[in-house]
Amino acid sequence: MSVVESTTKIYEGSRIPSPIPTVLQVDPAKHALDDILTINFGPNHPSTHGVLRLVVDLDGEHVAGIAAVIGYLHTGFEKTMEQKTWWKCITYPERIDYVSFQVNELAFVLAIEKLLAIEVPQKATWMRMLLSELTRVHSHLVWLGTSALELGAISMFWYTFDDRDATLDLFEMVCGTRMHTRYFQAGGLAEDIPEGFFDQAREWCKKMPKAIDEYEAILDRNAIWLKRTKGIGLLSADDAIALGQSGPVLRASGVNWDLRKNMPYLAYDEVSFDVPVYPEGDVYARYKVHMNEMRESVRIVSQCLDRLAEMRGEPWIADDRKVVLPPRHELHTSMESLIHHFKIVTEGYVVPEGEVYSCVESPRGEFGVYVVSDGGPKPWRVKFRAPSFVALQATATCMTDAAIADMIAVVGSLDGVMGEVDR
Amino acid sequence: MGYEAVPGLVETVAGHGETTLVVDAARIVEACTHLRDEQGFNFLSDLTPTDYLGWGGRGVSGYIGTRAGRDLHAPGTQGLARVPVPKPKRFAVNYHLLRLADDPVRVRVQAWLDDGEEIDTVVPVWPTADWFEREAWDMFGIVFRGHPNLARILMEDDWEGHPLRKDYPIGGEPVRFSGEE
Repeated sequence: MSVVESTTKIYEGSRIPSPIPTVLQVDPAKHALDDILTINFGPNHPSTHGVLRLVVDLDGEHVAGIAAVIGYLHTGFEKTMEQKTWWKCITYPERIDYVSFQVNELAFVLAIEKLLAIEVPQKATWMRMLLSELTRVHSHLVWLGTSALELGAISMFWYTFDDRDATLDLFEMVCGTRMHTRYFQAGGLAEDIPEGFFDQAREWCKKMPKAIDEYEAILDRNAIWLKRTKGIGLLSADDAIALGQSGPVLRASGVNWDLRKNMPYLAYDEVSFDVPVYPEGDVYARYKVHMNEMRESVRIVSQCLDRLAEMRGEPWIADDRKVVLPPRHELHTSMESLIHHFKIVTEGYVVPEGEVYSCVESPRGEFGVYVVSDGGPKPWRVKFRAPSFVALQATATCMTDAAIADMIAVVGSLDGVMGEVDR
Repeated sequence: MGYEAVPGLVETVAGHGETTLVVDAARIVEACTHLRDEQGFNFLSDLTPTDYLGWGGRGVSGYIGTRAGRDLHAPGTQGLARVPVPKPKRFAVNYHLLRLADDPVRVRVQAWLDDGEEIDTVVPVWPTADWFEREAWDMFGIVFRGHPNLARILMEDDWEGHPLRKDYPIGGEPVRFSGEE
């Protein structure tokens, strides 16, 4: 199956507004009629997924103009990271998108490793893949719960957050914290996988597909859900690519593109999974992509568990004393280990000069990290390519000819996490 | 596939498994249009500037770095091991392109600017550049000529300065409760 099918026709031509691609402007002829009501959504409206502000021009119930205002959560992550040593910086990417923390951490660690050209043990690679997929399920559960909640299906929120809790229990078991784990290090993992993890994770793999079936049973036959999602928020394949959309939004527009399949990283070329693609380009298609992606993630997790079970006793982090902290027990007996430990903790490790762009398929799409190093212990520049930031640019295109009530469904389906948008 | 036909190409740099095309800033739109239409780079992943003010002079507090490596006769405890390769101008604007097709490729296009120099917008080439260029203006003060809506995006409209510039002070926000009134 080729990446872009030529048969995909969601609507004729392009709906990207001109001259400004991200702002839907009111037709001047309509403006003269004096019927336009400008209202302000947010920044603290409960259904804006954080602090997003939308200025909407209404003609009756129809949206005539829309502009998104962002920046309310801007905390200067990129500037802060320029002041921290590389190994302290690892804690920042996960706090940017607090729902897909582990995947963001992975992207940054991969960037450091690319500059260092350090070999990562296979156990670490497979565990990274496993935790990435757990994060994807976690993120999609949060998305499903909140999006359904906004459209009135309150019960979904309780169900999904119950399963989200079970997912976070796994993180707690491995990393000690439920979110923002800092478990990935340059060179591998912070700690070995605990023994009890495998049983609990297999239990989770058994339970999850059933839970996803139940969610679909609740929503797929719900007349209100179908009415409010089908045919709403259309985005064609060409417009999605032109607007730089990625992840579920792109795949719901009929583009068969997934970095895990098309440009594999970690060991994604060694596991079998399918990429769900839906050609309708509406909110319902995005929902379907999310649901099926969760199923595929569970498939990947169980394959990772099988492989990791064979790797017991293997190293989980590279043996490079200039980058990796020495094992704790060595600090009591080896002077060199103590020196290395001291140097890495106080001064940080040194990353060779250069610039790299590393990206991964986050639950929201292509999460990229561009880093520049001057050869010192601190990054010269860090830039995150945040998929949410890009997704919100499509709001105006998706809202063409839509009603005000659809806005909630559309903005929800684009799945913006405002921490990531504003960074 | 080679990139020799890209208009305004200055040099091609390969490093860490990535390709960087350094392009004359004055011909950036031509180069981007060529890459999109002739070479299929239909997807703009990311657009971001980097400020290289003070590049190579940062934090050398110990060993005196030279191009060849550390000068072991200079006293000290830490610092850069070697001075990095100097950059041609202060700002680099980086365009991360992706060919979203069955034969995917990534390439970085780089244009160099001095403080006060302007560059043409690529919004007509890739509409997704809209917010990226606004962010670049907001954070670095780089003017994109012809941008349809070059306003601040993350900072407030009346913010002074461009925070990601290297000469922007950390803790530069005025403190309101100073007790000096």
